[in-house]
Amino acid sequence: MEQDVLLRMEGICKSFPGVKALDNVSLTVHRGTVHALMGENGAGKSTLMKCLFGIYAKDKGSIYLEGQEINFKSSKEALDNGVAMVHQELNQALKRNVMDNIWLGRYPTKGIAVDEKKMYKDTMAVFKELDINVDPYRIMSTMPVSQRQMVEIAKAVSYNSKVIVFDEPTSSLTEEEVEHLFKIINMLRDRGVGIIYISHKMAEIKRISDYITVMRDGQWVATRPAAELEMSEIIRLMVGRELTNQFPPKTNVPGDVYLRVEHLTGMYNQLRDVSFTARRGEILGLAGLDSSGRTETLESIFGIRTRKDGIISLDDQPCFNRSAGESIKNGFALLTEERRATGIFGGLNIRENTVISSLKRHLRFGLYLSEKTQREDTQHYIDAMRTKTPSQETKIRTLSGGNQQKVIIGRWLLTEPEVLLLDEPTRGIDVGAKYEIYQLILDLANKGKTVIMVSSEMPELLGVCDRIVVMSGGRVAGEVDARNTTQEEIMTLAAKYV
Amino acid sequence: MANPVANLQRTAAEFKQMDAKDKRRFMVDSVLNNALYILMAVFCVYTAIQRPNFLSMGSLGNLLVQVAAYLPMALGIAGCIVLTGTDLSAGRAVGLTAAVTGAFLQRIDYANKMLTFLPEVTPFWMFVTLLSVVAIGAVIGLINGFFVAKFSLHPFIVTLSTQLITYGIILWFFDLNGNNGAPIGGLDQMYKDFLGTTMFKMGNTPIPLYVLYAVILTALMWFIWNKTTFGKNMFAVGSNAEAAKVSGVNVFWTTVLVHTLAGAMYGYSGFVEGFRSGSIAAGTGTNYECDAIAACVIGGVSFVGGTGKISGIVLGVCILRIIFIALTMLGVSSSSLYIIKGAIILCAVALDMRKYLVKK
Repeated sequence: MEQDVLLRMEGICKSFPGVKALDNVSLTVHRGTVHALMGENGAGKSTLMKCLFGIYAKDKGSIYLEGQEINFKSSKEALDNGVAMVHQELNQALKRNVMDNIWLGRYPTKGIAVDEKKMYKDTMAVFKELDINVDPYRIMSTMPVSQRQMVEIAKAVSYNSKVIVFDEPTSSLTEEEVEHLFKIINMLRDRGVGIIYISHKMAEIKRISDYITVMRDGQWVATRPAAELEMSEIIRLMVGRELTNQFPPKTNVPGDVYLRVEHLTGMYNQLRDVSFTARRGEILGLAGLDSSGRTETLESIFGIRTRKDGIISLDDQPCFNRSAGESIKNGFALLTEERRATGIFGGLNIRENTVISSLKRHLRFGLYLSEKTQREDTQHYIDAMRTKTPSQETKIRTLSGGNQQKVIIGRWLLTEPEVLLLDEPTRGIDVGAKYEIYQLILDLANKGKTVIMVSSEMPELLGVCDRIVVMSGGRVAGEVDARNTTQEEIMTLAAKYV
Repeated sequence: MANPVANLQRTAAEFKQMDAKDKRRFMVDSVLNNALYILMAVFCVYTAIQRPNFLSMGSLGNLLVQVAAYLPMALGIAGCIVLTGTDLSAGRAVGLTAAVTGAFLQRIDYANKMLTFLPEVTPFWMFVTLLSVVAIGAVIGLINGFFVAKFSLHPFIVTLSTQLITYGIILWFFDLNGNNGAPIGGLDQMYKDFLGTTMFKMGNTPIPLYVLYAVILTALMWFIWNKTTFGKNMFAVGSNAEAAKVSGVNVFWTTVLVHTLAGAMYGYSGFVEGFRSGSIAAGTGTNYECDAIAACVIGGVSFVGGTGKISGIVLGVCILRIIFIALTMLGVSSSSLYIIKGAIILCAVALDMRKYLVKK
């Protein structure tokens, strides 16, 4: 067994001012295995990986690759030595094409010129091996995230990597794409590559991994063969407490029909004739594959995408929602999918982030904004959501994803919305915080608010929603009752117009 | 943030707990983050030793007068920088509004009066002039803002264009009524009194009325930035325009208004500049935007967007003026002055950027 050890990290310690991010963590990856690394956000998984890649300098401990001690200074050096990472947030040159991104930093050359032909040939060879169907000349920014990720994987493979780290690879993939990814991972495993797989998703971890290492608060908690670990046991190890249910009990009772969306058609997107209704106190799920038009539906309702056609009405009163400002006035709120790009104001503090959509509440004499009420409102939602922050003046970008999400939800609740459009509300959030957000959604429904929620995680939709509208290819493919449907039924509908 | 003393105590407590490596890093960080102020202090001490006059009341008064003249422009341009933009048309806008001010407010009996059909200067007429030049500045800003917001053009390009256009208008204006580009002089006493009446003296430097106006304008801008919806929206747009749009902020109008407000400030600056120069030429105001942008950057209004404080801008203008006054007192040649100015801006931006880099 010992000669099978590919990568060994021993007693890694790393401190940041005031925080001990890693405390004596060890990790051993064997050849030809998938090793899952689990833990809540802030457990130290990313920090551990950054120490491996030399992005952070470790304080203590040593790393061995095939028995040789290594100490990478940069991820480039790691790549050259066969240690690659597929990042959660893809860092790619978006304006360049697929080939450029794969061979960046090591272009094949012919004299002083770049050998485009060889580049194309090599790219196609890797793609063929991985069964990836992407045009090497395509510009990255024109491709969906899932394909960009495939390119990233191809890049890792093209370095003949011995160890590949996948950081939350499925967070923006549809079920079908996940299958493809797993096929690739299995293939890599069969070739003897050691894979470190970081994810929050229990089900896929159970499926794909051979070993599971759980971390908590910067410490190693356990390493076990995946077959021996039950899901509940993983959760218990991760949170250090029993989490009996993934979802809070459903207590909301849908009332009368409140929101009607009829014949919604997009001007610049593939949305065609989308109609559905939602009741007061109802949680309506929008399911579908990636780019099936779920996000477009929410954004069209909210007026930040141009509609060609379609009527949105509340209690049969049409509302036009031509801009975000107008939609807010009409009682809509939209939690966007890309928290960093369209949600937070990174450089501004918690208070500024909280009050920005409800400044009218603080206006005095039509002239100035009351500092006192801004503070009160912010504090109210910090307390109500149990947001973990040192102060209201803390810059939001220093908070964890879950806490950022809570701040933004607070921002929207302050606008006193009647219809909440939530786009992937729990993306990139750890298990504990997810539960709190589910509870919050249920509380809103209990208060008679209408909630429309988009999610790529099927169990989440089944666990939280009352009804689920399934979208496919920009159209509504069908509607199911969340209580007596199956993932299979939803998947079948989702593939209807593909 | 609320209590600086408590903050300091907390920092001190944290410092005690650090190990040697962290302590060294903390020290280096502290020094670099405040390097500009440390250098300024050293520089001031050096100048004061070389030229004891530097720290006299008169010298301080001189500083105050100069800061009051350059501050309004910097306050205007700062808004553009908060939006991650810039404004290159500022200097020419000041030039144009100064010229208009001068032409409107020449003595009725002045031999070379340019616009002979204009009435005698009365308080009402002076007020009309002030409003007119503020409006002219605002229109220039409005055009900048419109093109930036409507067509998503980079402010650099838009304001470069309006800079050229404005200069063309200035040259055309100076040729009006057979003026043939001659400087505009012979300004009316009432106008001079309105801005230049001595309020009090510091040492032997008389402090004119426009220092008071600058204080009022600074207070007004502080209010707009910190207490109004517009101010909050400005920072939101500067920090993340996409998120601001989703949050219901009208990004278009916020951008237009920030530029318009900046333009209005240039208009006022032109009104003061006319008085300060006494005789206004076509070149008045040339490159003023450079000083204003430099002052903002030195004062921590970052090109990263979404950050900046009024107090920082005031400090930035002060620092820049202190440097000029000191270098002049030390007898540094104008060629060296430019080199030093450039070097300071470079250092300031580099040190500023350092704060935003994520430490790994």
